[in-house]
Amino acid sequence: MKISENWLREWVNPAAGTEELLSQLTMAGLEVEGIEPAGADIQGVVVGEVVSLEAHPNADKLSLCQVSDGKETVPVICGAKNVRQGLKVIFAKVGAKLPDINIKKAKLRGIESQGMLCSASELKLAESSDGIFELPQDAPVGTNIIEYLQLNDQIIEIDLTPNRGDCLSLAGVAREVSAINNQAIEIEISPEINESLTETFPVELQAPEACSRYVGRIIRSIDPLAKTPMWMQEKLRRCDLRPISPVVDITNYVMMELGQPMHGFDFDKLAGGIQVRRARAGEKLTLLDQSEVECREDTLLIADHEKPLAMAGVMGGLDSSVQSETRNVFFEAAFFSPIDIAGKARSYGMHTDSSHRFERGVDSQLQLRAIQRATELLIEIAGGEAGPVIDCSDENFLPKQAEVTLRYDRIKRLLGINVERQDVVQMLQGLGMQIAENEAGWLVKPPSYRFDINIEADLIEEVGRMVGYNNIPGTREAAHIRVDSFSETKINLNQIRDVLVEQGFHEAITYSFVSPELQAILDPGQETLPLSNPISSDMSVMRTRLLPGLIQALQHNVNRQQSRVRLFESGLCFIPDDTGLIQRPHIAAVITGNLTEEGLYSNPGSVDFFDIKGNLESILRLSSEDNYRFVRSENPVLHPGQSADIVFDGEIIGFLGALHPSLTNKLNLNQAVFVFEIDLKSILSASLAKFSELSRYPSIRRDISLSVDADINVQTLIDCIYSIESEILQEVFVFDVYTGKEVRNNRKSVALGLILQDFSRTLVDEDVEKLVIKVLAQLKNQYNAVLREN
Amino acid sequence: MSQELDSLLQQASQSIADCADLAALDAVRVNYLGKKGEITTRLKGLGQVSAEERPAAGQAINQIKVAIQGLLETRKSAISDLLIAEKLSQDTVDITLPGRRVCAGGLHPVTLTMNRIQKMFGKLGFDVAEGPEVEDDFHNFEALNIPAHHPARAMHDTFYFDAHHLLRTHTSPVQIRVLEKQEPPVRIIAPGRVYRCDSDLTHTPMFHQVEGLLVDENVSFSDLKGTLEDFLKQFFEDENLKTRFRPSYFPFTEPSMEADISCVMCAGSGCRVCSHTGWLEILGCGMVHPEVFRHAGIDNEKYTAYAFGLGVERMAMLRYGVNDLRLFFENDLRFLKQFA
Repeated sequence: MKISENWLREWVNPAAGTEELLSQLTMAGLEVEGIEPAGADIQGVVVGEVVSLEAHPNADKLSLCQVSDGKETVPVICGAKNVRQGLKVIFAKVGAKLPDINIKKAKLRGIESQGMLCSASELKLAESSDGIFELPQDAPVGTNIIEYLQLNDQIIEIDLTPNRGDCLSLAGVAREVSAINNQAIEIEISPEINESLTETFPVELQAPEACSRYVGRIIRSIDPLAKTPMWMQEKLRRCDLRPISPVVDITNYVMMELGQPMHGFDFDKLAGGIQVRRARAGEKLTLLDQSEVECREDTLLIADHEKPLAMAGVMGGLDSSVQSETRNVFFEAAFFSPIDIAGKARSYGMHTDSSHRFERGVDSQLQLRAIQRATELLIEIAGGEAGPVIDCSDENFLPKQAEVTLRYDRIKRLLGINVERQDVVQMLQGLGMQIAENEAGWLVKPPSYRFDINIEADLIEEVGRMVGYNNIPGTREAAHIRVDSFSETKINLNQIRDVLVEQGFHEAITYSFVSPELQAILDPGQETLPLSNPISSDMSVMRTRLLPGLIQALQHNVNRQQSRVRLFESGLCFIPDDTGLIQRPHIAAVITGNLTEEGLYSNPGSVDFFDIKGNLESILRLSSEDNYRFVRSENPVLHPGQSADIVFDGEIIGFLGALHPSLTNKLNLNQAVFVFEIDLKSILSASLAKFSELSRYPSIRRDISLSVDADINVQTLIDCIYSIESEILQEVFVFDVYTGKEVRNNRKSVALGLILQDFSRTLVDEDVEKLVIKVLAQLKNQYNAVLREN
Repeated sequence: MSQELDSLLQQASQSIADCADLAALDAVRVNYLGKKGEITTRLKGLGQVSAEERPAAGQAINQIKVAIQGLLETRKSAISDLLIAEKLSQDTVDITLPGRRVCAGGLHPVTLTMNRIQKMFGKLGFDVAEGPEVEDDFHNFEALNIPAHHPARAMHDTFYFDAHHLLRTHTSPVQIRVLEKQEPPVRIIAPGRVYRCDSDLTHTPMFHQVEGLLVDENVSFSDLKGTLEDFLKQFFEDENLKTRFRPSYFPFTEPSMEADISCVMCAGSGCRVCSHTGWLEILGCGMVHPEVFRHAGIDNEKYTAYAFGLGVERMAMLRYGVNDLRLFFENDLRFLKQFA
């Protein structure tokens, strides 16, 4: 909301200068978003009068005017179409300073011009303007324009929170300034209207829960040629409201002044009486902005006995609106319940000053005063004769102002500071509240415009605001300290992230919603959860895996000449199932390109299956690595020969491997991509380290080189050796696998190292031989693995 | 005799000086001091010298011997020094070449920022709490005192799945989820992803917040203020950072406030980042609304609570000087590497 500082100071004028006043507003919760001067910085510009004019002898579109500034009359050449004899104008004399030019004597097509007639935009009174600015006929010639238009003013933009609908007016802001400065408001608006007519008009509240008060009045015989006075136009302009016609301007003015949105109908277009009712199915209404809407049945309408007239609280209708020939007016000032207006305008794609106010709440006791004020202004500006006020209310549905108990000790408890009792009373009274003392503290009755005050905490907030949040000292709460749990057997995500970072991974954060097509490619057959209002179709389903986002990030980087990409992400995945929705955190990684960063020591190779496997193993190592098994995978997303499922406790908790080549083709990735994705919670428990005795005797290493069928997994051979329960066998590891051309007949050679040690004695050759024979026998027996001959 | 010895010493001294390496030097040693060496031979020949002359002759030869030994030692150590010097010069490397290492990656700046916030509040005893991102209407709105048709709902630009399920628009529902399970005192922060149906230069449809909640028997607004003042100073590592608390409005806190800090870009003198106000809006907070307590089943008379919420991307942008919010979710390595 924009308001004029001068207008505010007409209401209440504290000693505080502009800057302090703005700071007061912000610190009271009426955040000042910006401030701008009401007009440009100008000098030497006065009210002028076009005494006479003739066509410029050498130019068709220019006029040669004789302009008076009250002292002398000088020739001025003007190109505006609306210049005419007798017009009062904004006259920039020779020597005047305007924002963009300094006025000098000039010759235009051979004729001298001593000054300029200005448009609104030249004085920065408007963004653009058509023709020169027309001042009212009563404008006193020679008066400095800054003085005449009161341009020594600031336009203050206030960003109000939704609870403070009461401040959406000059009166509202003035009430706050008054309370902050403990200074009375100087303006009282309670006009007396001479009701020279007796004519009324029937009003029916057919939906009293939505409209519990409707105040109307007939005003006949206004002057259709009347103009909105300059002072009102200027005030409206500074509130960002464009002057239109006296009736519309007056309703806007009263809205800005008091906070009551109003409407003026052309009374001659109304038939029978006013009905405030819900729309009927299919009912159509053309609004003031010329748009036609088909109303839903939940929409509240102002109608007469024949047709809908306006969308209640949102916008008037075109057909019943005040036009240039309108002589008879029907004013409306109503109270619509916030809940009923909330979201209505938005549901029709509209947002108006009126709906903005009704949604947030309008003072339910304001309507009568507003209609009196509007009547007073209309009669003053356009004449006319007023009928009596038609006040139609349903007390059952009018809001009841709560009486709220405020306990003195709760103030200290909630705010943490002591406020003197008499100060509390003074602050609340300053905010218009009625206060009665009781045992605990006070019974407080807020004024009708403070419908946001309903509970004790609301009152404490008011006390806090008046004290000033910046005057409440910062303290540190006393806390009961305790030793925090610090489990050694729980892995946390940060440890896992750190391990990956150490291995060259960068962490990515991708959107949780992805393209359904990409999702289907990377998690085929999986049902997804779609958003009902996605931001775009490629962000319309919730991810079931992290892969789609990571693959997109990988593509983004590959397309930007990154020869080596290593990314990981952790986050929730969303998997619909019979019981509802499973939201579980996963961790996933993707790698592609060079094995090492390019440089002095770079390794020329590209990453392969064992790189991503090593990366995954290094995080599994944080928990109990031995509990995980790698099992050949049938995951259709992956290369069948280079993929594995990770099995924990008999359950598949993730997968790793090369993306299927047909899939990388589909994704336009012309290089191998390796991935893993795993359920995070399955890898977060570790076992506590447990000490075992060290042997004091030397260990012996014995290597065996085997020839075995190519399809026998090395892990199978190692497991087979461990299955011989030998007390001296400490460790088995693989140190070479060879599948070159010498190894014929679909066999491969595998070299294993055995570490042997005893806890009670030094081993002798005989011990070793006995074990190796047993091992070889077992391997031959179970897997046809034999010692290589060479 | 003595003349002959003198010339022998001179000869030996010359040979030793001429030696370029340890092998040559050893040959010289053998030549003089070996079993058949000049000195040894002369010592053996002393038997033919008369008994009167023998002591003097012996002494003279021994003197020469000691002198030669001394020269050999000196030369030996000189040659060693030369060899080391030569080796040093040969082994000299260009120490400006890069070291051999595993090139580490890095955490996302949003994670770095969240971790930092978590650590700071962790030291105050705040545990980390989490909640679902697909939320229900009750936890995201209703229980936070934002009933249907509340104007605050319009400000939330919510992503919906159906009439009752949505993507959480803030981390505040975690407050409710924690209070449903845990008796006070409660001291948590809830970092996480949140979603709003909005996408332009300064909005992404997903971003991160950190929510804080402290419920205890005597928690006050001034405690909240003090804690946040400390936190903001520590977060920006600026003891002189100015903070300002303004009344604001959130349905789930009463009183509510927003905290501003003096602009970290211009130190409060006014710049583009702070819209020439000198202040940056940094977080929202307040005392938990009794209606929230009621929904969570907490005794409003016994306990008070404060809560706060801040936007992680905004904190990260201010701290690292990032000027485009959308960069956070492009995952461009050229961007990510800047935080490694």
